Amino acid sequence: MIEKLCIEANQLLPKDVGQALRCCRRQEDWEIAQGVLDQIIENFEIARQEQVPICQDTGMACVFLEIGQDVHITGGALSEAVDEGVRRGYERGYLRKSVVKDPLRRENTGDNTPAMLYTEIVPGTHIKISVVPKGFGSENMSAIRMFKPSHGLSGIKDFILETVEAAGPNPCPPMVVGVGIGGTFDKAALLAKKALIRPIDSSHPDPFYRDLEKEMMEKINELGIGPQGFGGRTTAIGLNIETMPTHIAGMPCAVNISCHVTRHRTEVI
Amino acid sequence: MEKHIRLPLTEETARSLHAGDTVYLTGTIYTSRDAGHKRMCEALEKGQPLPFDPADSVIYYVGPTPAKPGHVIGSAGPTTSGRMDAYAPAMLSVGARGMIGKGARLPQVIEAMKKYSGVYFGATGGAGALLARCIKKSELIAYEDLGAEALRKLYVEDMPLVVIIDSEGRNLYEEGRAAYLKHHTK
Repeated sequence: MIEKLCIEANQLLPKDVGQALRCCRRQEDWEIAQGVLDQIIENFEIARQEQVPICQDTGMACVFLEIGQDVHITGGALSEAVDEGVRRGYERGYLRKSVVKDPLRRENTGDNTPAMLYTEIVPGTHIKISVVPKGFGSENMSAIRMFKPSHGLSGIKDFILETVEAAGPNPCPPMVVGVGIGGTFDKAALLAKKALIRPIDSSHPDPFYRDLEKEMMEKINELGIGPQGFGGRTTAIGLNIETMPTHIAGMPCAVNISCHVTRHRTEVI
Repeated sequence: MEKHIRLPLTEETARSLHAGDTVYLTGTIYTSRDAGHKRMCEALEKGQPLPFDPADSVIYYVGPTPAKPGHVIGSAGPTTSGRMDAYAPAMLSVGARGMIGKGARLPQVIEAMKKYSGVYFGATGGAGALLARCIKKSELIAYEDLGAEALRKLYVEDMPLVVIIDSEGRNLYEEGRAAYLKHHTK
């Protein structure tokens, strides 16, 4: 299953992302930006037809498992099974092996393992598997900051804009922006990553954050960075915010940047 | 302006290109990214020859996916050029003239481009399947142990590029954005 999801996620752009790109193309009135968006749309169509990766950075394989608490897994270690799926998917799908064994000594593992595995125990009898290949051109432009509560909403807004501004042309704009606010240092980063998996045509259920998502999208698209940073309206095609409770003394905020090839594929077994 | 360019990239041709030009590139180019650049610059420091003749060459910052059977190459879009900034001035100093990538460059790279008449081209980041169609031949020439980062010699036809930074240091990232904002805040 993970093998299949690795391959499909890299070849098939999620519907919501494709629709957002087409919608932005219609709204874009700047010539050079229109040309870039046309190439981007043509590219993901070629990838689907020829069954080749949309982007050569086929990413680190982030795997999210929501495991029903009534499920009993037998026959070996779960993490090894996930890595074996990634290994097969990246080999059989002709995907790039982009993982090094050690962050400083940098020898390639040769099979794109290990997966970045996240497990969550949920009620039920099923396992929901999401494979999220994450490219590093955009991952490198992400940021996290531990705010004081006194920084308030304006501090968060400035930080989001500052992060997008600093990313500029590097993360292959138009980008998708995932924002995580609350929790602890690590939870905020995880929330930001989860925000990238939520469909970009969806909104936060809380009207306060729904409005903030809309406002920040508009502000980002007034920056003028544009597709590939050549100038234009379309700097972002989506922005999702995920939140959770936090400590009385803190207000962590993480901004995870993704590119126009924001990929994910989910199945339930 | 739209221009069709045949390689090698001579000083004269390089100087005729300006930030914002659309360029269709035809000819032989070489691939290299982080690990390949590190090795090439170590070779230069030791006075050893590079795996290819750098004079008037164009280097594409790319680590393609493996080719499917019957394909010349896998997906092959540009990687973020800023990571090669530490090596680019040394490459320019030995004659490499063109760089293909995406994203911002440091001032010292732009200074070296002005000094050696270099050009920085942008290919559309994330358009790996589209760009692969322009690659007609691919040959592994060095550093095979680096996998996706090994050095390849490619023959490309009408590869669609945009001049981001030209040999005078003009920069589309600054000018393009400023022009858009000026037009939309009138």
